[in-house]
Amino acid sequence: MTDTVRTSAPSAAAARHLKRRRARDGRFRYYGLTAIFVALGALAVLVLTIGTQAFSAATYNVVRYEVTLDPAVIAPEGANRPADISRNVEGFYGLVRDNLLKTFPEAEADRVSRRELSDFVTRLAVLPTARLVANNPELVGSTITLTAPLNDDLDLYLKGQGVRERKIRAGAVSSVQGDQDGTFLLSGTGAFEAVVAGLAAGSVDRAEDAGQPDVLLTAGVSTGRLSDIGAGSARMELLTGRAQDFAQARPAARIIVSAESERTISDRQIAWVLALREMGRVDRVPRWTLLTNSDSTYPELAGGLAAIVGSLLTMLITALVAMPIGILAAVYLEEFAPRNRLTEFIEVNINNLAAVPSIVFGLLGAALYINFLGMPRSAPLVGGLVLALMTFPVVIIASRAALKAVPPSVRSGALAVGASQMQTVFHHVVPLAAPGILTGAILGMARALGETAPLLLIGMVAFVGDVPRSPADESTVMPVLIFSWSNNAERAWEPLTSAMIIILLAFLLVMNGLVVFLRRKYERRW
Amino acid sequence: MDTTQGTPAMMDDTLTLPRSADGAQRIDCRNIKVFYGQAQAIHDVSMSFPDRAVTALIGPSGCGKSTFLRCLNRMNDTIENCRVEGEILMDGENINDEDVDPVLLRSRVGMVFQKPNPFPKSIYDNIAYGPRIHGLANGREDLDAIVEKSLRRAGLWEEVKDRLTAPGTSLSGGQQQRLCIARAIAVQPEVILMDEPCSALDPIATARIEELIDDLRSRYCIVIVTHSMQQAARVSQRTAFFHLGNLVELGDTNQIFTNPREKRTEDYITGRFG
Repeated sequence: MTDTVRTSAPSAAAARHLKRRRARDGRFRYYGLTAIFVALGALAVLVLTIGTQAFSAATYNVVRYEVTLDPAVIAPEGANRPADISRNVEGFYGLVRDNLLKTFPEAEADRVSRRELSDFVTRLAVLPTARLVANNPELVGSTITLTAPLNDDLDLYLKGQGVRERKIRAGAVSSVQGDQDGTFLLSGTGAFEAVVAGLAAGSVDRAEDAGQPDVLLTAGVSTGRLSDIGAGSARMELLTGRAQDFAQARPAARIIVSAESERTISDRQIAWVLALREMGRVDRVPRWTLLTNSDSTYPELAGGLAAIVGSLLTMLITALVAMPIGILAAVYLEEFAPRNRLTEFIEVNINNLAAVPSIVFGLLGAALYINFLGMPRSAPLVGGLVLALMTFPVVIIASRAALKAVPPSVRSGALAVGASQMQTVFHHVVPLAAPGILTGAILGMARALGETAPLLLIGMVAFVGDVPRSPADESTVMPVLIFSWSNNAERAWEPLTSAMIIILLAFLLVMNGLVVFLRRKYERRW
Repeated sequence: MDTTQGTPAMMDDTLTLPRSADGAQRIDCRNIKVFYGQAQAIHDVSMSFPDRAVTALIGPSGCGKSTFLRCLNRMNDTIENCRVEGEILMDGENINDEDVDPVLLRSRVGMVFQKPNPFPKSIYDNIAYGPRIHGLANGREDLDAIVEKSLRRAGLWEEVKDRLTAPGTSLSGGQQQRLCIARAIAVQPEVILMDEPCSALDPIATARIEELIDDLRSRYCIVIVTHSMQQAARVSQRTAFFHLGNLVELGDTNQIFTNPREKRTEDYITGRFG
């Protein structure tokens, strides 16, 4: 390449040509590098966006409730068998609600605030505790700590995602005076100067019709809503706790940008959840329920277990059908079939089959398996068969490529010592092609694992709350679950969807890792 | 025509089958024609191969010598479109007959290829594979004995006896080719076909293989295709010169190289073409 080793100097024309040629080489290298960086960048953006979203769903806030398992409530006479206890959601939920009402007695005042408080926990969230007590009847009558996930909107609020707010540290409040209309007058020299400034700064970037921002003031477990805010004094409507907490304190102010009517959580709920957190009863814990719970209409309870099991069952059916058929077809076509018009026709059509849009396979599956053969709807059995139809052309193509890559010298070597054609193929060719065949098969399966469209058509999109026990049970799969969740309106589903995507990607990564491992381990040189 | 320089059979003859007396013709080919589709590659060749002698097939590239060699164990069957006509008699039986099983035939007619092609298995399994599929060994000891005997006969035993489990592909090129010869010997063939067995080897490895061929001559009918005329002169007793699919001249190696009857043979041998 270098002309320094040349003995005679090149002519000017040759030197120019050489220079141009080298420039072309260099440019090509840069194009390649650029392409790689673009691809890596896209991948990084994808992983980062989904990853950060999913990260927030990886943990969630749970609240602890000290409840006494009153036999009269959870195991009344005539309904105290374990089965009854595990179904007594209403009883357990009542205990939780009573505990909340005891903690925040002001919620007793009216129906609206009672409902707002009971929204803290969904009824079904007590199910695990009910089952626990049902399995350990000796717990009845004792006092236990019941942990239940916080309502998804409040969970998002605590994660700083649900509501736009600004926290401002207020100055020292020197006096708190009760008024006859139930409000309090807080005063202190310059106590609310920062809040006034914050409100003024915030009004600039707010929409005209956004309404007045709410200002909440929190001291310890007590929270109130401010109005008539001046630099040295403000009127406060106490939401929870005691007014005395504010005296001699430097409370924290929260300017909540959107008006209460536009939010999914009220000022009171914010006050309560902040108080619960101040009491140390809120824990942010890893969300294992994402892997151990099945689908739910409540995001804080929803998990992917049913879909994961459904995916595994579906993949099992796909593997059992597509791999033997695909590999045997490939071995026959590559090693035994004569080359003629018919095999050429078959070959072309296998390639065509691999290019058919997956939704068409779904239609075929719905018509053939469900309508004609009468197989159950929404079942992994049908899903697996549909995906097998889609996968096996891929398996055939990959296996044939792997078989073709085995050098003919291996075949002639075996034939020359008197091996029959079948012995040659199964003793020598297939073992050598096995890593390639497996690679193709697993990659085909990975594609099937991520497939959504054909499964929608055979009804695997149905809401499934139970883990399927057999391939004939109703089920859904991971990508379809992601599709369903992404259609839900509530904001809490967004990070959950991302988390589910991460789980799906993890499965795909494991499969691809398996491919690399198998190839490394069994690849043989010749 | 019979110019075989027979040597007395060795003592340990357990691997060789009873065979015809020295000098008998092992293979007799009559009017062989080979077609690839419409193209004729071999034109009406008749020749015979004596037992316990090396016959060399020489000729320029594309003259059909390899194609002819592959007729002898029906390896041409594996090539699509290839058609062989004529009779090839072994023990009075035409191996081209429909009812001859090519798989059994290939256990009687072993083959060694141009490029060493050991199986990507252990050295032991390379040798043992053939005896296993033909059921030649009763039990492990028997198989061990066959493997040792074959490797000894191929002159490879001393080099590999301590690493029989090492992959066959880990050997050097020359060792690999001797392994392939041992593999061919292990199934107790009567004929060994060699298709340019040394063309991928260096001169030292080539010399070893040639020595080996000379040793093996005492038990087998060997047919070797070679591009090297020196090699043909060194290892063979009879030489056949092919040109454009025709057998031009067949005779005693000495006579072919010193006193060819045909002009074309002389031209080729003296390097005027080819």
